[in-house]
Amino acid sequence: MSSAPKTSMTKEEAAAAYSHDIKGYLTGFVLAVVLTVIPFGMVAMGGFGFGTVIGTIAVLGLIQMVVHVKYFLHVDFSADQREYLHLMLFSLLLLFIMAAGTIWILVNLQGRMMGM
Amino acid sequence: MSGNSTAIYAAPGLSFEAEEHHDHDHAGKALSGFWLFMMSDLIIFGLFFATYATMLTPMSYAGGPTPKDLFELPGAAMETAALLTSTLTFGFASLAVKYDMGRGKVLGWLAVTLALGMVFLGLEIREFVHMFAIGAVPERSGFLSSFFGLVPLHGAHVTAGSIWLIIMMIQIARKGVDETAKSRLARLALFWHFLDIIWIGIFSVVYLGGIA
Repeated sequence: MSSAPKTSMTKEEAAAAYSHDIKGYLTGFVLAVVLTVIPFGMVAMGGFGFGTVIGTIAVLGLIQMVVHVKYFLHVDFSADQREYLHLMLFSLLLLFIMAAGTIWILVNLQGRMMGM
Repeated sequence: MSGNSTAIYAAPGLSFEAEEHHDHDHAGKALSGFWLFMMSDLIIFGLFFATYATMLTPMSYAGGPTPKDLFELPGAAMETAALLTSTLTFGFASLAVKYDMGRGKVLGWLAVTLALGMVFLGLEIREFVHMFAIGAVPERSGFLSSFFGLVPLHGAHVTAGSIWLIIMMIQIARKGVDETAKSRLARLALFWHFLDIIWIGIFSVVYLGGIA
């Protein structure tokens, strides 16, 4: 994740790399704050339709997870991070099958029991 | 197999490398292993989320308190603020390590991260104590059982991460930021940032979804 800077770096290069890295963390943080404040604000204010609020929470939550993965875990589409990206996507596929299957089966079961 | 068979046996595991890469990036290998653990943890959390989602029905409330009765926005907002800020301060600690900014800076940012983790845990424990006081205990309903399966599981992870932070701070204070400390801190960073991602799921599904 945090590969050490090359020892051959000059002071200026190291300073530039440092400011690039710190900008990355700050960008991620600002995006995360915005993506957190919007859904909290919507729920606090109220007055929006239930579907709109739930939809916004879900979409912004997923975007925020991607922001965290990119800016804090430093996993993106670059070649040296590809194995981690594939690992994560495959884990998410397994998780989706198990979680969606669980919810599907239990909601279906509940529907059948209510009908009795 | 080509002539150089000793070299092939020297490379362990299922490897087609003809030559042994000595000590080929031990820290990188350890980090890959930790990623595998993190992904298995992701699946555990995901299934607790799925269970929780199936317990959000009047049948599962069993006449007991509902999410709307139990959860309040200010508490969830403060917990979120503490954990989100701690992820940034851990990032500053990582950068202090990466750019050799000295033991003091690393320890300072780790201490700030630990303090924010403690604030988070304090707020969470206060919430659980309040819930227990009003009878919202795990055995009250299926909904509460699944809540106390999911949210304290995350809290237990933050507790483990905090203990790990304390151990790393002691190690760095005594031995400095050496290669071992760097390798361990990289895994702790992964763990800590990962917990903040799980928290996004919790504040979205449990708190915001419950109050909305």
